[in-house]
Amino acid sequence: MNLRRLLAIARKEFLHIRRDPRSLGMAIAIPMLMILLFGYALTLDVDNVPIAVWDQSVSPESRELISRFEGSRYFDVRLRAMGYPDIERAIEAGRVMAAVVIPRDFSALLTAGHAAAVQFLLDGSDSNTATIALGYAESVARGYSRDIAFREARVGGTGTLRDPLEVRPRVWFNADMESKNYIVPGLIAVIMMVIAALLTSLTVAKEWETGTMEQLISTPILARELVLGKLLPYFALGMLDVLLAVGMGEFLFQVPLRGSVALLFGMAAVFLAGALSMGMVISIVTKSQLLASQLAMVLTFLPSFLLSGFMYSIGNMPKAIQVVTYAIPARYFVTLLKGIYLKGTGLSILLGEAALLTAFGVMMVLLANRKFRKKLT
Amino acid sequence: MWERLRNMLIKEFLQVLRDPKMRGIIFVMPLIQVMVFGYAVTTDVRDVPTAVLDFDQSVASRELLSRFSASGYFRFVAHTRDVSMANHLLDKGSVGAILRIDQGFGEDLRTGRTAKLQVIVDGTDSNTAGIVLDYTGRIAGKFSEKVLLARFSRLRGAGPLPGTVELVSRAWFNENLESRNFYVPGVIAIIVMLITLMLTSMAIVREKEIGTIEQLLVSPITPTEFILGKTLPFALIGYADVLLVAVVGVFWFEVPIRGSLLLLLTATTFYLMTTLGIGLFISTVSRTQQQAMMSVFFFYFPAVLLSGFMFPIANMPPLVQYLTYANPLRYFLVILRGIFLKGAGPATLWPQMAALLAMGLLTLFFTTRRFRKTMA
Repeated sequence: MNLRRLLAIARKEFLHIRRDPRSLGMAIAIPMLMILLFGYALTLDVDNVPIAVWDQSVSPESRELISRFEGSRYFDVRLRAMGYPDIERAIEAGRVMAAVVIPRDFSALLTAGHAAAVQFLLDGSDSNTATIALGYAESVARGYSRDIAFREARVGGTGTLRDPLEVRPRVWFNADMESKNYIVPGLIAVIMMVIAALLTSLTVAKEWETGTMEQLISTPILARELVLGKLLPYFALGMLDVLLAVGMGEFLFQVPLRGSVALLFGMAAVFLAGALSMGMVISIVTKSQLLASQLAMVLTFLPSFLLSGFMYSIGNMPKAIQVVTYAIPARYFVTLLKGIYLKGTGLSILLGEAALLTAFGVMMVLLANRKFRKKLT
Repeated sequence: MWERLRNMLIKEFLQVLRDPKMRGIIFVMPLIQVMVFGYAVTTDVRDVPTAVLDFDQSVASRELLSRFSASGYFRFVAHTRDVSMANHLLDKGSVGAILRIDQGFGEDLRTGRTAKLQVIVDGTDSNTAGIVLDYTGRIAGKFSEKVLLARFSRLRGAGPLPGTVELVSRAWFNENLESRNFYVPGVIAIIVMLITLMLTSMAIVREKEIGTIEQLLVSPITPTEFILGKTLPFALIGYADVLLVAVVGVFWFEVPIRGSLLLLLTATTFYLMTTLGIGLFISTVSRTQQQAMMSVFFFYFPAVLLSGFMFPIANMPPLVQYLTYANPLRYFLVILRGIFLKGAGPATLWPQMAALLAMGLLTLFFTTRRFRKTMA
């Protein structure tokens, strides 16, 4: 290995990047855009579910139930329906997500001390929102039942009735349950995979396609000098992206960073080296930019986005898929990031993840070196 | 003209399909995506591993806890009286929730006071944490309602009980509220967009980059033929991918398809007009394949994230919601879910169809004009 030749390649690659300011700009803009979107606009929380109400009872009791739905911040009564066809049309067109149907005998049943059934029709096509909305609706109905019992007990004057059970929730690590606090740390892993997929996956393939690889082959440069030299500038760019992401998390979104910053950047460097080398391996194997870009999507970006536990918790996946996630390096990095950010855990608890991540990084760098042959085929 | 167009089409098909790896990508990538979304991407929360701290050990505490374990949402993995051990389990991530019942719980319930149930959840995944708290509220609420009625009748003696409101729910279109029915039809939209955008934009820029575009320019081929030659093959690949994902979704994942296949294909045509148009546009502004690819993603990421595919549009800030109206993916998703799950026809879906058609015509018109200019 000759340091001068290695640096020459790094310099050449750096010039390529600098001469294409648009690609460089986008390599920085795409991660920032993703952080902004996830930080400001994207959430799986559910508020203001649009609903329809069909009140067949038209009684003080039914009006009170409706006003409880109106008063809840989770529902927004958009439509007073006059029958099932109204409801069907509104749900099918997506104008409302659910409908409350109060039966004709609602008030009679309630005053007679029976259970009055209220129908709650839901658009199930968005299963996540539907499940959450159903939970809210049940708590509205329960709250009403409870208040009826309290009221009647007071009217009877026989003594005071108290709530039998109180649930005291406590949320650890993310007390306000803000989704940005768990999204932004995981996003750092995804962004690094994107950089690897978008930048390094093309770099060797491009030399083959445009024919400049032949010129490189005719020089005395060694394969590993070429590989490492090409990695260096992208590594710098990737670390810049990490720095930006951490900075935005810190200053723009106030995501708490409870653990060690040094550990965070150290692990990021290890992961980045692995991810970039993986992009490089793809590039070496395919020798075509179009193919490399598609393959990089499937192998790097998609798994890190969907199977790393970044957004969708691994514990909820079927067993077979859970096994697959162990083969995805981003999984360990996401665990590390969330641990460092939200729990403030140190290396001692996260040792397993850190070791596996390091193994991945070393393996990928070695693989990129092995796969690359300075030969024309 | 037909002769030249035919030759151009043959050349493009050969170029894309010649490479066995490329053939693999075009058809395997959609399969992988639909598998991942069908199996792995789920917001359903079940069997949350839970640690139980029952310091009361009374009949009442056991009854409440058995309601939790019977619900299917909680799986008790540890019964302990050691608080620091339970905390450690949560810290490590071995459990997602701790249920804690202090001494005196049964006594409080019996004597008409308010008993307390403490639930501690891991907030690192705030979505799951929210759902777990919601389940807890529901189970505790049902339990509470039962005890409340018993208390009431004890106070009142033999008189009538207070009435209760009971919610009877029914989910339309997706009776068991399965996530995959929500995601799988949407995969069609995101995969078709990605494949057609990438193929169109990179195929043209590739000719620029390696210099073969000059050979094409000196040939008698007209710009229209060139554009058709560079879009039709990819449109066909797009249709093939739509059918592939639809077949896998319906037969493998048993996602219902209740609407008309013809409507699906018509909507796909309109949608392809927009994605091919955008692909062409990207090719006119890019000099290298790398630029083309970056531009594709610069468009693709926000388009997917702001489409309602994963994140409900209704929860976005109003300004961003307006932005989503410019996103073809948004309309196509409504159409896809309408056709697959709701069995909706043109009568309900016409606004989305019209929007897609208008966007398709506009993008194609402007990009072909721009494209002719850059070619000339």
